[in-house]
Amino acid sequence: MAAHETQVDSSELDGYVVPAQHHAHHFRSADHQFATAKQGMWIFVLQEVLFFSPLFVAYLIFKFMYFESFHAAAKELDWVLGAVNTVILLISSFTMARAVTAAQRGNRAALSENLFWTILCAFGFLIVKYLEYSHKFHVGTLPGSFFHNDELLAIAPQAPLFFTLYFCMTGLHGLHVAIGIGILIWLWIRSKRGDFGVNYYTPVEMTGLYWHLVDLVWIYLFPLLYLVS
Amino acid sequence: MEHSSPVGTNYLNYPKGIWSWIYTLDHKRIGIMYLVSTLFYFLMGGIFATLIRIEHMTVGPGIMDANTYNRVFTYHGTIMVFMVIIPMIPAAIGNFVLPMMLGAKDVAFPRLNLLSYYIFVAGSFLGLATLFFKGVDTGWTFYAPYSTRTGSAAAMMVMAAFVMGFSSILTGLNFMATVHKLRAPGQGWGELPLFIWAIYATSIIQVLATPVLALTLVMLAVERIFQVGFFDASLGGDPVLFQHFFWFYSHPAVYIMVLPAMGIISEVVPVFSRKPIFGYKPMALATFGIAFVSFAVWGHHMFTSGQSDFANKVFSLITVFVAVPTGVKVFTWVATMYRGSIRLKTPFWYALAFMFVFVIGGMTGMVLAAVGADIHFHDTYYVVAHFHYVMVGGTLMAFTAGLHYWFPKFFGRMYNEKAGFFGFLAVFVGFNLTFFPQFIMGQLGAPRRYYNNHPDFHELNLLSSYGSFLIGLGFVWVAIYLVYALVKGPKASDNPWGSATLEWESTSPPAMENFRHDPKVTHGPYDYVALERK
Repeated sequence: MAAHETQVDSSELDGYVVPAQHHAHHFRSADHQFATAKQGMWIFVLQEVLFFSPLFVAYLIFKFMYFESFHAAAKELDWVLGAVNTVILLISSFTMARAVTAAQRGNRAALSENLFWTILCAFGFLIVKYLEYSHKFHVGTLPGSFFHNDELLAIAPQAPLFFTLYFCMTGLHGLHVAIGIGILIWLWIRSKRGDFGVNYYTPVEMTGLYWHLVDLVWIYLFPLLYLVS
Repeated sequence: MEHSSPVGTNYLNYPKGIWSWIYTLDHKRIGIMYLVSTLFYFLMGGIFATLIRIEHMTVGPGIMDANTYNRVFTYHGTIMVFMVIIPMIPAAIGNFVLPMMLGAKDVAFPRLNLLSYYIFVAGSFLGLATLFFKGVDTGWTFYAPYSTRTGSAAAMMVMAAFVMGFSSILTGLNFMATVHKLRAPGQGWGELPLFIWAIYATSIIQVLATPVLALTLVMLAVERIFQVGFFDASLGGDPVLFQHFFWFYSHPAVYIMVLPAMGIISEVVPVFSRKPIFGYKPMALATFGIAFVSFAVWGHHMFTSGQSDFANKVFSLITVFVAVPTGVKVFTWVATMYRGSIRLKTPFWYALAFMFVFVIGGMTGMVLAAVGADIHFHDTYYVVAHFHYVMVGGTLMAFTAGLHYWFPKFFGRMYNEKAGFFGFLAVFVGFNLTFFPQFIMGQLGAPRRYYNNHPDFHELNLLSSYGSFLIGLGFVWVAIYLVYALVKGPKASDNPWGSATLEWESTSPPAMENFRHDPKVTHGPYDYVALERK
């Protein structure tokens, strides 16, 4: 923000300055527009949290209803892969934060580089997720009526419900990661083109907020699903 | 600041061409597009309502069979809730009026605003497309497990509601940012018109509650398509969980419907009483009080669902609290009228009707809030009558009040006042004739949603049906004289009612960027003395 407020005197920052920076007719200034966009994004992040909430609530309710089953079913998950993904996402959040800072300082090279690493991490996350999913398809620990792992069913009669929740929660999160990749690639192309500078980096910062939220959801999903056993 | 539209043009005729409407980012045009869409769906929902009432004019089978009847009341409910009452005031009137009341040129995110509109259109088309795929027969509440098993197109309708939910969320987000960031110089939170407060509180509910419904509907669709067991007891799920999730949204949604209506009444009453609103701060606080409490009362829809006695009592108690801020509002309107110099124009007639029927709707709501009474009244016509008194008598009357009040601003024309009064009379009398008998039927135990009613209720049913025809005629009449006014009505002045809020400082209809000069707030939204001195 600080860099943004001093955008009029951008010579001090000796970063890259976007040539012609317009603001929409209903805003007083580019700063006004930026502040509004930022508030809108925070409200969007808030609704995202609530969007995930029913699955978390359902998970908690069913977990306490069928404690034994969920305990046994959670043991089926590979916590090592989960931990690897957690680390990958944390790194991606770090590079994303660096990308935002680079954009604020008008450092085009660092911006593109950090966006690139973020995208790479996001793909890494999805690849690990794919490995986990394919394993589950292989052993039959699938949602609801698709569940066909009799050994687990014998010790955990409610395992199908656990995997319903597992697939829905991680699936919805994975969808957010995939959408994030799309946005990040768009940012990366624009950063290469020189669309962002000290006086304009709104999309980078907004995507940063989104990406941290996606990370945060995983920070809750990981212990709830993988570590409870 | 300079403006780009030529002098003498307005938002309706500049720029020209159908594409300038389809791609428009102007909040006024988007508001008018919402207005046309919701009015069209209102007509559809009304036709379904009339079909229901015709069916009930005969004791046995009437004009349709039982399965068709289930579909007809489902479409009536779904269309009226998701396509009419929820978007009608915030998205149609709000879109037009809210930025102008703030002295802004547009909402915070105009592109998002247009996107919300098209999301709404896509969602509503998807919903109506179910008509061609066996229809939907679940009722608008989509209760599991029936909705996950029925052979009708429930999944498609559920996805339609999901899509329309996003329109609602994005509109709420947009309005919140607009109120925070785009107020005119000199307009603090204490100088906001109460309609803005109402829309702001509504937006908070839209942003916080709608995502929960959205995901719940996804869960329902997943359940239906893959039989995965969220809500299916045979797979370890819990159907009551669906009810909890559903009402966690749908009860606050009731206030998405009624808070903007109250906002309109708070604008109309002071203007036509020529008196500042009595108790501005309590009114604004009451708006937020209702929004706040609305999140903690959803269980009162589920007194007979088998939730614990303790939960029943707590939800019953909290529900009663809703009456406190609501009472503050009603008393405030009445106190505003006291010793005012009242002008009985059409918007004010509707506002008066609102207060009358809303109190009946609210008081019967208190009866339903009491667990003991609700066990008796649950799923009877008493409930139907109660929520129609609040939704139709409340929201729809207030919407009609707002439509007449802002009509000169929207279109720059005046409607005929006498015609307006007769329309009002038909709607008001018809409304009470339709729904008051349903209170009596409900009290006597007539169950709702039944295809055949007991012969004992025949006379009451007939009365109710005749009333509904009168409402229908009333609204057709309103449509006729408003359309006539659009074409042939006398030109309206910039501020025909002598209102003190900012939107009346623009021309009627407003120019493309709303104000020829950036407006400055020099007096409060209800300060008529200062307005006349100016």
